[in-house]
Amino acid sequence: MKYICEICGYTYDPAEGDATKDIAAGTKFEDLPADWVCPVCGVGKDQFKPAE
Amino acid sequence: MKAVKITDKVYWVGAIDWNIRDFHGYSTKQGTTYNAFLILSEKPTLIDTVKKEFYPEMMARIQSVIDPKKIKIIISNHSEMDHSGALPETVAAIQPEEVYCSDMGHIDLTEQLYPNFDMKVVKTGDRIDVGGDTVSFVEARMLHWPDSMFSYLEKENILFTNDVFGMHYATGKLFDDENNEIDWLYEAEKYYANIVLPYSDIVLRFLDSVKKMGLSPKIIAPDHGFIWRKDPAKIIDLYAKWAAQAPNNKAVVVYDTMWGSTQKMAEYVADGLREGGTEVKLMSMHSCHRSDVVTELLDSSALVIGSPVLNSEIFPAMADVLCYLKGLKKKNLVGAAFGSYGWNPAPIKSLEEKLKAMKVEQVAPTVTSKFVPNADTLEACRQMGLTISQKIAEKLK
Repeated sequence: MKYICEICGYTYDPAEGDATKDIAAGTKFEDLPADWVCPVCGVGKDQFKPAE
Repeated sequence: MKAVKITDKVYWVGAIDWNIRDFHGYSTKQGTTYNAFLILSEKPTLIDTVKKEFYPEMMARIQSVIDPKKIKIIISNHSEMDHSGALPETVAAIQPEEVYCSDMGHIDLTEQLYPNFDMKVVKTGDRIDVGGDTVSFVEARMLHWPDSMFSYLEKENILFTNDVFGMHYATGKLFDDENNEIDWLYEAEKYYANIVLPYSDIVLRFLDSVKKMGLSPKIIAPDHGFIWRKDPAKIIDLYAKWAAQAPNNKAVVVYDTMWGSTQKMAEYVADGLREGGTEVKLMSMHSCHRSDVVTELLDSSALVIGSPVLNSEIFPAMADVLCYLKGLKKKNLVGAAFGSYGWNPAPIKSLEEKLKAMKVEQVAPTVTSKFVPNADTLEACRQMGLTISQKIAEKLK
C-alpha cells in the first residue's frame, strides 16, 4: 500500500522504494527502518497515513 | 540606495516593496520587504537575495558599502523566488567562489531557476569559514519549504532564519525597537497564520531542538519585515504560543450571502456566541479577505461556516475560503454550518463534509433556511451560537 506524508504530500510507493535512502523497490512501508524519514520534508514515519 | 548597518560587520542590503498588495493570494496591506544580508568578513558573504525585479535596489545597497565583485560567498537559506529570483543575475555579476544551499535547496533552486552555476550542499552542523568568523547551518525543513535553512554567524551571534519570524511589513525602520507593536503584531500573526500554521508541530519540535543546541542569538534576521535586535525572544515566544494552538474563548463566523438571508442567520449565530461570552468575529466574504479569516482563526477555538446555494453549489467565495483554510490545518476547532437556499438544501448539508475534512468537530446541528429565515430559524441560529460557546467553555476548563 502507498503511504502519504501528511506534512508535504509526498507519496511513498513500495513499487518504487526510496532511491535517496537506498530503499529497494518492493519494500513495504511497514518494513522501512524506524529512522527512515520523508525524502522531501524530513518528518518521520509517524507522519504518514495510508493512501486511500 | 544605502545599506543599513546591523552591526559593524553585518549590513541589511535588501529591498522594500511598498506597493505589493497580493502575495500569491495573501493580502499584504502593508507591503513587504525582501531582506538580504551582507557579512563584511575577510570573505564577504551575501545571505539570500531579493525578488528578481528588485535586483538593482539590492546591488545599489551592496555597492554603498563594498564593491559587489568582492563578495566571495553566497548562501541561499530559502529558494522561494522572492529570495532567489535575483540569484542568477547576482551570481553572474559577482562571480562568487561558492554558493551554498541545503540539499533540498539544490533541488528546488535547480527546478525554479535552471541555474548555470554550481551550488554546494550543506547540512545541519556544517560550518564554513568566512574569514574572521564562521557560519554554521541548521536545516529547517518545512519551515516553511523543504529547502528552508537557518544560517548562524557565530561570533556576531546573529541567526538568519529565512522566512521564519518574518512578516509582510514594509518599513524604513528595519529594527524591532524602531517599530510599535500595535502596528506590527497583526502582520506577524497574519504571517504565521498564512505561511507557517500547517507546520506548527514542526515549529514546536524545531524550537526545542534549537534550544538544545544552545543557540541563543543576540539578533534574529528573517527574510521579511524587520530585524529583531532588542528582544529576539519576543518573536520566539509568540511562535511557541501560536504553534501550541491552545483553546481560547473566541470564534470566527465566516459566510457569504446573496439576498441577505444567510447574513441574517450569521448575525444570529454571532449574537448567540456573544451572549454565551465568546469573542466573535463575523466575517463576510464580500468584505473580508481569506488571509484575514485565517489570521482571526489563529487564536480561535471555533469556526462556523455559512453559505447560500447558487446553482446547486455552495457560494464560490465560500468554496475559496474553505479550500484555503483546509490547507492551513488549524487544529482544535469546534464548529457548525448554516445557510439559506431556494429549492436545493443539499449544498448546505455538504458543508458538514467540509468541516469534517478540516477536522473541525461539529458540535451543533446544521441550520438551513428555505429562502428568508423566519423567527424559529433565527432562534435556532442563536442556539447554535450558544451551544458552541458552551463547548468552548468546556474545552477551557
